[in-house]
Amino acid sequence: MTEPLSTTDRAELLAGLERSRTGLVGRIRSILRQASDDDAWESVEEILIAGDLGASLAMGVVERARERRDLPPDLALQAELIDLFAPRDPTPWPRKPAVDVPAIILVVGVNGTGKTTTIAKLAWRFKSRGARVLLAAGDTFRAAAIEQLQTWASRIDVPVVAHAANADPSAVVWDAMDAAVARHTDVVIVDTAGRLHTRSNLMEELAKIRRTIARRIPDATPEVMFVLDATTGQNGLMQAKAFHESAGLTGIALTKLDSTAKGGIAFAIEQEVGVPVLFVGVGEKLEDLIDFDPNAFAQAMFA
Amino acid sequence: MFDALSDRLRDALSRLSGHGRITEADVDAAMREVRLALLEADVNYKVVKDLVGRIKARAVGADVLEGINPGQAVVKIVHDELAAILGEGDRTFRISGAPAVIVMVGLQGSGKTTSSAKLARHIVRQGRQPLLVAADPYRPAAVDQLITLGRQLEIPVHSAPSGTPVVDIARGGIEMARRTGRDVVIVDTAGRLTVDDALMAEIRAVCAAVAPTETLLVVDAMVGQEAVPVAEAFRDAVPLTGLVLTKMDGDARGGAALSISAVTGVPVKFMGTGEKTDALEVFHPDRLAGRILGMGDVLSLVEKAQETLDSKQAEQMAESLRKNSFTLDMWLESMQQLKKMGPLGSLMEMIPGLGGMKDARKQVQEAEERGELRRTEAIIRSMTPAERRDPGILNASRRRRIARGSGTSLPEVNKLIKQFGEMQRLFKQMGGMGGRKGIPGLGPLGRR
Repeated sequence: MTEPLSTTDRAELLAGLERSRTGLVGRIRSILRQASDDDAWESVEEILIAGDLGASLAMGVVERARERRDLPPDLALQAELIDLFAPRDPTPWPRKPAVDVPAIILVVGVNGTGKTTTIAKLAWRFKSRGARVLLAAGDTFRAAAIEQLQTWASRIDVPVVAHAANADPSAVVWDAMDAAVARHTDVVIVDTAGRLHTRSNLMEELAKIRRTIARRIPDATPEVMFVLDATTGQNGLMQAKAFHESAGLTGIALTKLDSTAKGGIAFAIEQEVGVPVLFVGVGEKLEDLIDFDPNAFAQAMFA
Repeated sequence: MFDALSDRLRDALSRLSGHGRITEADVDAAMREVRLALLEADVNYKVVKDLVGRIKARAVGADVLEGINPGQAVVKIVHDELAAILGEGDRTFRISGAPAVIVMVGLQGSGKTTSSAKLARHIVRQGRQPLLVAADPYRPAAVDQLITLGRQLEIPVHSAPSGTPVVDIARGGIEMARRTGRDVVIVDTAGRLTVDDALMAEIRAVCAAVAPTETLLVVDAMVGQEAVPVAEAFRDAVPLTGLVLTKMDGDARGGAALSISAVTGVPVKFMGTGEKTDALEVFHPDRLAGRILGMGDVLSLVEKAQETLDSKQAEQMAESLRKNSFTLDMWLESMQQLKKMGPLGSLMEMIPGLGGMKDARKQVQEAEERGELRRTEAIIRSMTPAERRDPGILNASRRRRIARGSGTSLPEVNKLIKQFGEMQRLFKQMGGMGGRKGIPGLGPLGRR
């Protein structure tokens, strides 16, 4: 975990995004290169809406792109889309404040977005780069969630701190922090139960987990990773806002991009919430979590 | 549920109120808003186009009856169109056969396993004996998850050693059901992407092998524009008979339901409305269309009450909602009954007039989650019968006594009395809305 994770293998990204890409931007480009009249722009707007960008955002992007005189229509649209991305922090992710303080990643999201699978992929990635990884089974609610994490952990061969089902997640996290310090762990990845962002008591539980981390390891700089299913529609924005408010998000993993989903809601989230997409999930294998770089992404989309 | 959509439609259409008749310019302005609102509710863009076209054609030059303003007339048209789409297809839930077989299919994370367990519980309540089949050998611990849920519900689960082909797991489940006298088999399959040809072939083979009476596509209410292509792909692969719309207890506007029904004709049969295994509701298109427009749903409330309470209590409750009389005693009693029925929020939503009162509902939900309802109960219990009948007599000394008696504080007692006054006012308003014919909820809408 010594090297920064923001280096992007563009070819890999291209290949991974192949499905999401085809039909979205390919069509936009061919439309805008043929004509840029009202009908053409309306078609572009529809394509963006169909990609879950959101109606208002799609209309805004098209309007601004149309007004640009400095670029041809397709490049103007590309530039406007890139503009939606939140600024990137150049420091390596996850932050590791000191040699003897572990990096901590708290993984949050609504039910069924792929949190546990994403954790397995992250753990595998860090471990294969030589880091000591520890997992914390903080989803004590869903039936067999602990077993699911343990199964992954034994496949990757990383330790897990787990309590019994229905235990207090904060207690699990406390023990995990203890274990991490004792074992000189480099990265602790904390699984949490999926929760709908409208459940205020469950959202408060996340804040409590953060406080637990801060109490046990005062120097910790936990990363909070929001896992977003690429098939999510406009509700994704409300999710991101609510999770950001209660847990303070520092990154997004956009999962299931190997489907036909375009994940356009991520644009809206980056723009409105200001949290960057750091990873995209493009398959079920452990290596199918790739770094996300907006410029490479936009170029890949328009290639 | 569908809050934002109803708010948007109300906002858009309120501009139409106060005019004499519907002009084309009126409709154009409103339709732009309707289009935007539907799109932001994740209704498929093609469906929106079609829907807006139909609504517009019906709205322009529509006969505006005496006593109804143009806004109300358009709301009715929108309501009818939504209800028509949601009502398409046959929503009968078929569990005849020896045994009847239900296959659950869907994308990863849509909620198949949880929905399988909820459905099993629903079937038990109908006096049948379901068997769950764990046919997801791919996701780690998916089998454990179903076994755990089965144990909680005391419903047997069939599973097979890893490496068993999925078709054989499903067949084995049916054999086990025959052997053990279970009359409904619910096959929980793995989540799959529609672009995964091998897994789509597998689910096709499973359905061909077990000849299900119901093949239910489980769809996350938060899904966006992908809902339609996903549903189309599953419909082309397996004989889909219905949808289960999950995670409806969040604030997703759930346009996916409209879109899928509109494009594929596959009807929604059930809705998942919570994490517990009893949070499954039978789907009623008229009611959902009503909810979309913020019209509330007294029928669902009464039905839900009947399932949980004995019928006499349910009648009293419905009666108290119909009449304007709402007392502290009723509040106390309904709180206790409502707790049995699940989160208060989802009940509040069904009450006409409360659809638009997002904040009030959210407050109640949060109060429940913080355990404040227990304090409310304590306060009411510390009142004398006379005080409960007429909170008007609660002077300062009575309030202090109640605060001491309930172990709360004077500000808390004052707050509760104020809250109760607001609720009483609310129920009075609801009572003034008139009968179930016509369109309930239009009163306040027209006045905006």
